[in-house]
Amino acid sequence: MKTSNYINMEFLSRSSNEAFARVAVACFAAQLDPTLDEIGDIKTAVSEAVTNAIVHAYPDELGKISLKARIYEGNVLELVIKDWGRGIPDVEQARQPLFTTGGEERSGMGFTIMESFMDRLSVRSRVGKGTTVTMRKRISVRATGAK
Amino acid sequence: MEIREKTVDRNLLLELSGELDHHAARKAMEEMEMAIDAAVPLKLVLDLGGVTFMDSSGIALLLRARRRMEALGGNLMVCHVPDQARRVLDAAGINRLITIR
Repeated sequence: MKTSNYINMEFLSRSSNEAFARVAVACFAAQLDPTLDEIGDIKTAVSEAVTNAIVHAYPDELGKISLKARIYEGNVLELVIKDWGRGIPDVEQARQPLFTTGGEERSGMGFTIMESFMDRLSVRSRVGKGTTVTMRKRISVRATGAK
Repeated sequence: MEIREKTVDRNLLLELSGELDHHAARKAMEEMEMAIDAAVPLKLVLDLGGVTFMDSSGIALLLRARRRMEALGGNLMVCHVPDQARRVLDAAGINRLITIR
């Protein structure tokens, strides 16, 4: 697929950057003319992926998180969230609803929500090396004046 | 995230406003638990009408509230859920566990 636009950003795994990440992606995605539901879904999916990196990749330290957003022809938004933290020993187990190693402050529903709100989700991880989450969503094309 | 608290008899109403993400959730949970400990309510109502964004951190808060109220032998109700937060709750199937009005 041909890329028509992209942004790359990098930030520290501070929880105060969760809001920055989702708002930045929402602003970038706005050029696809998403509905309010679509923009809400994108913000939520970004928030979940970035929170996972903050909580699970770097539990005892601050580390680097990279977020790349690309727009492909056909109104497709791709998001790649990458960290260089601890990694996930068992990705399939981590993707199960309600599974969490984050204690009572986490619900274990992050991956379930990402899967539900985006069209495609892939998770690649190596223990000690880090995790890359890739999500894609096709934004519906609305007829002019249909807002 | 701000929480406003009203207690009438043994009914505790907590009105949440602002963004409820992981960054805000710890403080929100602490405030909620302090309010529950002080009121020891028979009924807890969480009004999400002022929540401008919520992710799964909000689910963890609701499940914590449910556990606390079960321990007290009381009830939990969640009301005025904005559309974005409702989509998160629906995706997680939380309406099977918690009464949402």
